Amino acid sequence: MKRDPGLYDYLPYNGKRPKIRWPNDARVAFWVAPNIEFYELAPPVNPARAAWARPLPDVAGYSYRDYGNRVGFWRMYEAMERHKIRGSVSLNVAMCQHHPEIIEACSRAGWEFYSHGTYNTRYLMNMSEAQERAVIRDSIDTIRDCTGQKLDGWLAPALTYTDRTLELVAEMGLSYVCDLFHDDQPAPLKVKHGRLIALPYSLEMNDVIAYNVNLVAPRQFAEIIKRQFDYLYREGAESGTVMCIPLHPYLVGWPHRIKAFEEALAYIAGHDKVWFATGREIAKYFIDHSYEAFKAASMPVGDPK
Amino acid sequence: MSLPDGYLQYPHRHYGMDHDRYEWSILPRRKPVQWPGGARIALSVVTALEWFPLDMSNKPFAPPGAMVTSYPDLRHYTLRDYGNRVGIYRLMREFDARNIKATAAVNAAVATRYPSLMQEVRQRGWEVMAHGTDMAHLHHGGLDQAREGELIDQALAALTVSGPVRGWLSPAKGESFATPDLVRARGLEYICDWDNDDMPYAMRTDSGTLYAMPHSPDIDDFSILIRNHHSEREFTEQLIDQFDVLHDEAAKQGGRILSIALRPWIVGQPYRMAALTAALDHMLRKGGVWPATCSQILEAWKGQQ
Repeated sequence: MKRDPGLYDYLPYNGKRPKIRWPNDARVAFWVAPNIEFYELAPPVNPARAAWARPLPDVAGYSYRDYGNRVGFWRMYEAMERHKIRGSVSLNVAMCQHHPEIIEACSRAGWEFYSHGTYNTRYLMNMSEAQERAVIRDSIDTIRDCTGQKLDGWLAPALTYTDRTLELVAEMGLSYVCDLFHDDQPAPLKVKHGRLIALPYSLEMNDVIAYNVNLVAPRQFAEIIKRQFDYLYREGAESGTVMCIPLHPYLVGWPHRIKAFEEALAYIAGHDKVWFATGREIAKYFIDHSYEAFKAASMPVGDPK
Repeated sequence: MSLPDGYLQYPHRHYGMDHDRYEWSILPRRKPVQWPGGARIALSVVTALEWFPLDMSNKPFAPPGAMVTSYPDLRHYTLRDYGNRVGIYRLMREFDARNIKATAAVNAAVATRYPSLMQEVRQRGWEVMAHGTDMAHLHHGGLDQAREGELIDQALAALTVSGPVRGWLSPAKGESFATPDLVRARGLEYICDWDNDDMPYAMRTDSGTLYAMPHSPDIDDFSILIRNHHSEREFTEQLIDQFDVLHDEAAKQGGRILSIALRPWIVGQPYRMAALTAALDHMLRKGGVWPATCSQILEAWKGQQ
């Protein structure tokens, strides 16, 4: 086991970093990442993690999440369309087979698809390298075949990993990952192949964390989103920042939550110096304009032994 | 079934404490102290700079902020590291703007990993307090005393590279029965692990007097925002109430200390920063505030005993 993932060097947020200039002098690159997920009723067992809290069939846990595809997605989709916010879909790619209607709706609206593994009930821990490569290959092929898009981004299924996951993702041609939470600006990662960056995704703005971990009420969630935006918008006047709202239709899509979310979205949409982008667009822009400067400014991390 | 006879024997049943570490003392009956400039409140902000290794074992207990998921828990590792990379610099900027000198309680691993962060801390005239080696090495009653001494030596060796160290805060405030003796024997003057007073007091050790300094539980960011799930607004309100009560008390009973313990990985998130600065602005507007480091406060207090 490693003490430090060894994925990034130290680049303090102390005002001396190379400046990021987003298109049209935007202060904040803002993106919304709906997690479109499929959880299996009876998945095979991974010894590192139980898929369900209760003995199978965990009807409560399964149906709670299935609500997202049957009901919640459509409500969330309408709200985003009303504010002309394109989503960047964090996709369990088996959704392409299970519920293509959702994929079609997202495609029609010009949304991006990136990979969130095959199913949210298939974890990466304990996989061999060949198995892990097969999962990534499946994502690349399925997204290309079903949406015509090249896969550029990654968020590991259920945030599960091996020590080699992000290295393989880079080697297989992806350019950004949403798995690391150490910054509010993109960060170059230390991989052997290609250029891979950590794109700020955020757990604090994630509805699962807000509602089911931090236990906030919907109106408080809207308040949190607005205050997060205010601070990053202010800082973004000096150097561009990134704000992401990761969503789960099975949570945000409930009637009692959708209005608060939409109000927060409207608040952000009411600001002029915001770049409403997708993950791929932000990643590409950063890699083209700031990657080298950020890498050069980073400092090696000392070894505490 | 019955308990042994010793269970109903009370060898320490007498006036005062059940140990010899310190004397029983009633706060409102102590001699009032005067702070420099006639301030009512010495404002002691202590920011923790912590490193949570990816492979930490969470034994003999999980410190606040420990890893949660199966290895490798990239999510929590990077969320904690956010504090040392981003959050602390937000605090520095906001404190600089308000002329607040904080005390940084630093894991030795942070000093070794991020020497430039130590320079930023020292250049500001902040004090550095030792905070153990890292969050995976806890001090506790089951720890061999020689081994505990080594941990303290390691911590001081790494932290004194950048300047002097006079105080100690154990990781997660864990101690063995010997911790105060061991840190005093190495020349440290105060310790912040004991939560039992609003003001400094003297502790006995094998090597002379060690002072206990307030480092308040329950109004820190972890307790309010993470453990209690209170809102950011309630965090502000509780800090203000704490300040206002102490401010009133100080008018009758002499100078008080407001101790605010912060973890940059918590309060340094964009949406939380304004909750802290709103409380600080209330205090500074009301006046009678002396922002000072732990050592400055201890010196002023000792001079009047």
